[in-house]
Amino acid sequence: MSGKRATREAYGPTLVELTREGADIVVVEADLSKSTTTAKFAAAYPERFFNAGVAEQNMIGTAAGLASGGKVAFTGSFAVFATGRAYDQIRNTVCYSKLDVKIAPTHAGITVGPDGGSHQMLEDIALMRVLPGMRVLVPADVHAAAAAIRLAAATPGPFYVRLGRAAVPVIHPEGVEVGVGRAAVLREGDDVTVVACGVMVAEALAAADLLAADGISAEVVDAFSIKPLDAETLLASARKTGAVVTAEEHSVIGGLGSAVAELLGEHRPVPMRRVGVRDSFGTSGEPDELMAHYGLTAADIAQAVRELIGSS
Amino acid sequence: MTAARQTADPAAVRALAQRMRCDIVTMLAEAGSGHPGGSLSAADIVAALYGAVMRHDPQRPDDPRRDRFVLSKGHAAPVLYAALAQTGYFDGDHLLTLRKLGSMLQGHPDSTKTPGVEISTGSLGQGLAVANGMALALRIDQRTEPTVYCMLGDGELQEGEVWEAAMFASHHGLTNVVAIVDNNGLQIDGACSEVMCLGDIAAKFAAFGWEAAECDGHDVDALLAVLGGSRERAEVVGRPVAVVCRTVKGKGVSFMEGDADWHGKAPTREQAAAALAELGCEEVAL
Ligand SMILES: [Mg+2]
Repeated sequence: MSGKRATREAYGPTLVELTREGADIVVVEADLSKSTTTAKFAAAYPERFFNAGVAEQNMIGTAAGLASGGKVAFTGSFAVFATGRAYDQIRNTVCYSKLDVKIAPTHAGITVGPDGGSHQMLEDIALMRVLPGMRVLVPADVHAAAAAIRLAAATPGPFYVRLGRAAVPVIHPEGVEVGVGRAAVLREGDDVTVVACGVMVAEALAAADLLAADGISAEVVDAFSIKPLDAETLLASARKTGAVVTAEEHSVIGGLGSAVAELLGEHRPVPMRRVGVRDSFGTSGEPDELMAHYGLTAADIAQAVRELIGSS
Repeated sequence: MTAARQTADPAAVRALAQRMRCDIVTMLAEAGSGHPGGSLSAADIVAALYGAVMRHDPQRPDDPRRDRFVLSKGHAAPVLYAALAQTGYFDGDHLLTLRKLGSMLQGHPDSTKTPGVEISTGSLGQGLAVANGMALALRIDQRTEPTVYCMLGDGELQEGEVWEAAMFASHHGLTNVVAIVDNNGLQIDGACSEVMCLGDIAAKFAAFGWEAAECDGHDVDALLAVLGGSRERAEVVGRPVAVVCRTVKGKGVSFMEGDADWHGKAPTREQAAAALAELGCEEVAL
């Protein structure tokens, strides 16, 4: 469990494995199969791969039709186009008809890097989370990504699986067990709960090390399933620590922080801070530079914890 | 009934279309809202499909051998509901629950609620892409018999996704998809030619790689010939077939015909009674 790999690396290969195992999977792409890695699926199963060209609405609609015809339809493109460009298709055709469409786009978040704000999707969790029946999974590393893709394939109904472009630390073992509505406590602690998703889980673990040096004991939870949330695990942790910091590579509006705040606000109000992008578009830069620029590093999480504990 | 192709009987199709028009007027008057114009313009086409052209079994809506129908212009739900009720998918009494709380007949088609509705529609422009996906699934499963029929409105063709899907169908050689345009020339704000001119619709489909045919959408003999032969034609030419049907919005009810104001307005009980009398419907309690 070391090194760095992009979550998208799991995508195409896992779909190939699942099909080899007998799953009735098809893929609809929108001219980005090399970047999303579904080109690997296209090479293995060309009769099950369909390129819509640069036409994301049609990509989602075609996937819906395939799902209506009994297929498990994976579809993607980059997160910004797969969600925003085709939102009505996802809402009115996929979700309203409760179809087995698995939207698993790559290139979510600011770690897209130099392509800049137009391509750095920071609102997708919010957009997908609000749709009735849509389940939202945000894997923290390549192994969780493979598990998330398998979970989405095996579970009926629409899914959104958020994948990234940049190599991120591998923190889970291969074959990690995941579930819909299931978070994982990666590190136990008593003073604060840090709930993170995606690339921010690795940052949260690093933040816990920084805080330990200050004598602050942080519990780190990999939320993984943003919708549904693992209410039991999160409430138990909040009850124990009495303070919660969320961390996401996404807008603080509508994403993990909002989901956790909704849960705690209704069931266990505790002092809280949200680490994320603050109502802003992204900008060009290298992923590491951007993580610092937008305040998404381990040091930023640790600082949020210190402020929270100091204020309460 | 099995999923065998039905014998084309023009008189029976005409009678089915007439009963469907009676149902459309009756259910919309009862609902107090909805879309009569585009339902009536499509009635003969949908009657030809459900009464003759399509292989389908109302007792087995999920029969894998069935032909599929996608009503991309979902606001014409009453014409689909009338066809489904008249051919036995569900009891006609349900039609009087249209648009009411708890009804399986939603204002726009909902595939999770209504037997025989293949896919939820209502947000325009999305049906042809779905039809293409259904056609691809049939191809993967090596089911060569079923055909996917997709009905679009003319105003709906202003949605860009329709042309993304049109490109896709010809690129992938989907000879098991038939697009049918209910070309009634009107949309909510008025004449399509004035709101956003569509030009030559058949020529547009042809330019997108389709075999395009034109047909009088109220001439049942012509519909049975063109729609009934559309799949075979597609196989011969090796590309999908689009049938552009000239229709009259509100067809069959003189005070609705050719009037865009009847796009999305239900008849009052008095208007419905006049319409039913004109259509020659049996006595219907309103
Ligand atoms: Mg029209």
